[in-house]
Amino acid sequence: MEPSLTHIKQPTIAAQDGQVTHPASPEADVPLAVSGVTVSYGEKPAVFSVDAVFPAKAMSAIIGPNGAGKSTLLKAALGVIPRLSGEVFVFGQPIEEARERIAYVPQRASVDWDFPTTVIDVVQMGLYRKVGLLGRLSGHMKARALDCLDRVGMADFAQRQIGQLSGGQQQRVFLARALAQDADLYLLDEPFAGVDAATERAIIDVLKLLKSEGKAVVAVHHDLSTVRDYFDHVFLINVRRMAEGPVETAFTTENLQATYGGRLAATHLDELSMTGGV
Amino acid sequence: MNPFLDALLLQAGYNAALVAIGAALLGFAAGSSGTFLFLRKRALVSDAVAHATLPGVGIAFIVMVSLGGDGRSLIGLLLGSAITAWIGLLLIEWIARHTRLAEDAAIGAVLGVFFGAGIVLLTIIQSMSAGRQAGLEGFLLGSTAGMLFQDAVIIAIGGSLAVLATWLLRRPMTLVAFDSEYAAAMGYDVRRIDLLMMGLVMAVTVIGLKLVGLILIVAMLIIPAVTARFWTERSNRVIWIAGAVGGVSGYLGAVLSASAPALPTGPLIVLVAAGIFVFSLLFAPVRGVLAAVIRHRRFQARVHRRQGLLALAAQHPIREAYTLRLLRRDGLVRADGVPTETGRAQAAKIARDERRWDIAREVHQDVGLTGRYDGLTPIEDVFTADEIADFDHRLGGPVAVGDL
Repeated sequence: MEPSLTHIKQPTIAAQDGQVTHPASPEADVPLAVSGVTVSYGEKPAVFSVDAVFPAKAMSAIIGPNGAGKSTLLKAALGVIPRLSGEVFVFGQPIEEARERIAYVPQRASVDWDFPTTVIDVVQMGLYRKVGLLGRLSGHMKARALDCLDRVGMADFAQRQIGQLSGGQQQRVFLARALAQDADLYLLDEPFAGVDAATERAIIDVLKLLKSEGKAVVAVHHDLSTVRDYFDHVFLINVRRMAEGPVETAFTTENLQATYGGRLAATHLDELSMTGGV
Repeated sequence: MNPFLDALLLQAGYNAALVAIGAALLGFAAGSSGTFLFLRKRALVSDAVAHATLPGVGIAFIVMVSLGGDGRSLIGLLLGSAITAWIGLLLIEWIARHTRLAEDAAIGAVLGVFFGAGIVLLTIIQSMSAGRQAGLEGFLLGSTAGMLFQDAVIIAIGGSLAVLATWLLRRPMTLVAFDSEYAAAMGYDVRRIDLLMMGLVMAVTVIGLKLVGLILIVAMLIIPAVTARFWTERSNRVIWIAGAVGGVSGYLGAVLSASAPALPTGPLIVLVAAGIFVFSLLFAPVRGVLAAVIRHRRFQARVHRRQGLLALAAQHPIREAYTLRLLRRDGLVRADGVPTETGRAQAAKIARDERRWDIAREVHQDVGLTGRYDGLTPIEDVFTADEIADFDHRLGGPVAVGDL
């Protein structure tokens, strides 16, 4: 790269509405801030010029219809898939420098569950960065992995092959692996998709505990009926940012209609406003 | 003495012993370093890499001859093969990443083109004055005739390094093979780990070229890992079991070919490995075919037995011959179909359990527990003794099953 290029000032980023916004200021107390992020598969953007700020000590939901770029935004924020443009700051640092403060819970369907590994092995994967290449897993670390498994109610399953678990149990194991990382920001991709009621409750209890410990939780979420019960903050996306803010002000019928278009049945919206009193 | 036993005990001559030891070492290295290739579901990449060694062999020979050397220096040939194999590997990676072609198409293209180029080069070398005696065709299917001590040393050193690297990199490679997105989120460079893994495989391919040949080396990389998978549920153990399977196949294959000198070594090694694979496929304790059949039969028997007892409790006739046979065998019904004392008692117990489950569903809102009803799981496995006592209390006193 030409040395002179490094002196060019950070370009301002054109937001979706054509106005120029300020790049997300890298503040150390903001767990996750993305600005001007565009991700494209081929030449069709899945996420276009999205700005978002996810607050500290809160549970945030990323909500939107299928194919709206929810998971894509999460993965781009993590650097798992490349961004075409934009910036991501984690606690005020570029994502690459803050990896050890983030824990990720991918979608259950993204891995091969016939892989030769046991439940406790998977949880210990969360410790690999700390152990390093040559280190041995100390007794202390093994105890911590088991403790994380216990927090999701799966300690009795430690030695099972992962293929023998139910869908809900698999999701709990993934959560335990993220807990083992002892991060400050937890990013979850559809943690409640296809899990049983008991697992959903177990997961939400763990997440609420994390919040009470001052951690931030950001989850891609698809079940509109539980948003009010589970989350403090919502981010509505349909390729572009549609709305964001505290659940009380941003999770409104108008915003949902704008996000989902005709895809959300009117009765469903009524139901939501009834229970939530919008 | 028996030529097979001689060879097995390394008493069949210096060359045979050297080949057997070299093949065992190579088998171990190939088996263990092929593990992650198999777990990452990229087994076929190794085939393309192996075929991409051939032009390197040819080019190295031509270069060495034109520099005034004799052209047959093994180190030189292996270096050349490593270079073109690495180029082939990068090309597959590049095609899969930057074009719309899938990896299998990239593998096919690279394999064909590099192998074709290699064959053309070998033909040209044949026509060179220095090339007549080069014996480069040996790299296709392997040759053991002229194996030197130095060749065995190359395999021993290269193989040990490959096994060591596999062991050192086992954590990142496991992570990438199991959950590459999570690995990327943790900050691992997935592409670099993949290239390292392929690089290891390439190294083993290169050192095994002379002994097994480029066409069959892929079998030594993949069959041991696939075989090992039948015997364990942990990836760390797959590495060592695959190494052992590869080592034993290498040794036995070499021994077989030494005791029947007309038979080629490389193919025999692969056949021995395939034999161990078939044995594992059929007889492995949990994942084997036989174990699965037995498990299914046992399960079927449990279902029939349970259904039969429920029918007895409800005083329904049992029509299925298999059910009747099972109940008769266990002494639950007499030859004429009338339940025995034990049969009646067990039927009563099962009927009572069904009513307990009904109560459990009324009492417990938690589907996590009542959801475990599948008709077979004993209620004692799901609820505690005091909970069951509570169900019984709600049920009222013992209910007569009815006299038959």
